[in-house]
Amino acid sequence: MRNKILDMTTLDKNLIKSLDAYIDSIEGDKKEHLIHVLHKAQELFGYLPQNLQLYVARALDLSSARVNGVVTFYSFFNEKPVGKYTISVCMGTACFVKGADKVLDRVIEVTGANKNEMSEDGLFTIKDVRCIGACGLAPVMTINDKVYGKVKPNDVDEIIRHYRSREDESK
Amino acid sequence: MKLIDKMIQLKINNIPVTVEKGTTILDAANKIGVHIPTLCHLNLKDFGVVNKSANCRVCVVEDEDTGRLVPSCAHEVHDGMKIQTDSLKAVMGRRTNLELLLSNHPNDCLTCVKNLDCELQSLAYEMNIKEIHYPGEKMSHPIDVTSFGITKDTNKCIMCRRCVTMCDDIQTVGVLGPLKRGFDSVVATAFHLDLNQTSCTYCGQCVSVCPTGALAETNNSPEVWRALNNPNKHVIVQVAPAVRAAIGEEFGYQPGHILTGKVVSGLRRLGFDQIFDTNFGADLTIIEEATELVDRIQNNKTLPMLTSCCPAWVQFIEHQFPELLDVPSSCKSPHEMVGILTKTYYAEQNNIDPKDIVMVSIMPCTAKKAEAAREELNKDGISDVDYVVTTRELSRMFKEAAIDFNKLPDEEFDQLLGESTGAAAIFGTTGGVIEAATRTAYEMITGKELKEVNFKQLRGLEGIREAKVQIGDLELNIGIAHGLGNARKILEDIRDGLSHFHAIEIMACPGGCIGGGGQPYHHGQTDVLLKRQQALYDLDAGMPKRKSHENEMVLKLYEEFLEKPGSHKAHDLLHTSYSAKQRI
Repeated sequence: MRNKILDMTTLDKNLIKSLDAYIDSIEGDKKEHLIHVLHKAQELFGYLPQNLQLYVARALDLSSARVNGVVTFYSFFNEKPVGKYTISVCMGTACFVKGADKVLDRVIEVTGANKNEMSEDGLFTIKDVRCIGACGLAPVMTINDKVYGKVKPNDVDEIIRHYRSREDESK
Repeated sequence: MKLIDKMIQLKINNIPVTVEKGTTILDAANKIGVHIPTLCHLNLKDFGVVNKSANCRVCVVEDEDTGRLVPSCAHEVHDGMKIQTDSLKAVMGRRTNLELLLSNHPNDCLTCVKNLDCELQSLAYEMNIKEIHYPGEKMSHPIDVTSFGITKDTNKCIMCRRCVTMCDDIQTVGVLGPLKRGFDSVVATAFHLDLNQTSCTYCGQCVSVCPTGALAETNNSPEVWRALNNPNKHVIVQVAPAVRAAIGEEFGYQPGHILTGKVVSGLRRLGFDQIFDTNFGADLTIIEEATELVDRIQNNKTLPMLTSCCPAWVQFIEHQFPELLDVPSSCKSPHEMVGILTKTYYAEQNNIDPKDIVMVSIMPCTAKKAEAAREELNKDGISDVDYVVTTRELSRMFKEAAIDFNKLPDEEFDQLLGESTGAAAIFGTTGGVIEAATRTAYEMITGKELKEVNFKQLRGLEGIREAKVQIGDLELNIGIAHGLGNARKILEDIRDGLSHFHAIEIMACPGGCIGGGGQPYHHGQTDVLLKRQQALYDLDAGMPKRKSHENEMVLKLYEEFLEKPGSHKAHDLLHTSYSAKQRI
């Protein structure tokens, strides 16, 4: 093994079993279902580490460059571990002209996580995403499934505090 | 459907043209001699390779009915279509698209490896680009110099995907692909791995089609110059069969000229101490390989036996079919054989310390560079071969040394490792190695003289070929594949127990070594490969000896040094082993 991060034997055996079962259940040409398989893999593992992408490539008999190409094309897929809450700030045209970049800057400041990375406490992952189709609410930010519209940079602190306190309560 | 229903009538620049349904505008234009510039488009028609990703938009033309610009390489014709290739809109559209491609290009043409051989540069000239109106942000990717064979400078990539077509569709290696999106998008390895961390075979087919300097051979000429200028080093060079059939193209010769004599005298001018012939190694390989084949057949050992001269193919089987490593012949490739014999046999005879010998191989191939660095071929601090330079690099060295190649006299190889037969000459083309092996195996098995040495059924350019050759009582089933995608099909059959072959020749590059990743660029003209191939067959036909086992210097080598084919010493020096590697 020249490259440890590509060692497929370190993947969780039970999760792999579930992924295998999913792949087995696909009818027809499995290669055509790469995106579905990646969705399933991300659902199971939380994110798509390199060895998991390689596993998918081998399972579907695709090249790893092809799989990695699809994973890096769609912002939905994560190559790094994600926090409990994914904060997506829309960078579509409407949101952008309404100051989405400033909202994103504030989110980064408050959570301490960099773009496309997870905060140290494992709570938040920050993403800048393409138009999510809610231009009327620009600028828009989503936290997991919840949508926040007409967000001002100053609102960010309060929103984040809400999630943090929710975590504290549940402890 | 009647033929008439399949025909489409259209006008290009007001010239009527009738073509078959499904034809692209570009092909229709070519038919009537209308030139449309292209860049990402690649059609290697003899090998079934087509890249028409319509990415670069350099070939846009105006559809008069809609007023829209359409990519002619991918857009199919329809009845009554009216196309203008030279309207102001089309010309300006192409210019703009090319300028945009140049806007984030390094534009360091003077020192670029592709200077004067670059399709992007030629287009900039052709389209009269004198200013780039979009001084955009430049890319700043690290240059991948991790592999011995190929240097990848992503900053020069124009995302044409020709390399992806070759690597994925033709070679089925799948090392390269488009990653990310928007400005960040690149053609890269999975996870941005270094090339030497992937399953790259270093075949260099990506290099041979790259229109810019994004993919190129790793340049080893500086090391060779250093060795030549070191008075303490005895620098020896050898030349592969396919080099002599192609190098003339770098000096204005039409494809298909064999220029062995000039290459030899040129190398002597460069200051090499001995000029040996890889063809000697090819003859030797045949004797060892045929001995191994006969042994495998007569003693019911592993069959089929696969040839092992092609290092890209060896790399391929190690990564892709690690369970089949007992099928390739254990023979080293010809230049490695010449290398180790130079450092043992020649060194002994001339009383030279092998540590003072520098062995340089001139090869049509980028994979040979990586092969020379293999652990198995570097023992006790002695490499069989120290440096490999490609046909292209050698032609640059000649130019650098101000050698007027065209005026060079014809000279002969140095003896000891310089004699060769016609069988060795055809090593450079698909089908050649197995034909050479068959000539020798025939006489080895039957003990009778082979009268007709031309096995025409083994020749050609089809991706996978099979032939039966009657050798005494034995009907020898022979398979031939060139291009790794074709090799994969044969290997899958072997793995699944469906193969009925005794011997199989595999070469990684379409056409064999004549189409190697280190050869002069053919820029999509596949007839160049056909001419190189024919030149090698002509060379063979004109040789006084055409069977490897009639090479007197090889026979002398066995007599004086190796004892006999397949001897313990021969195994020790001329054979190697393979190891399983991860498929990435």
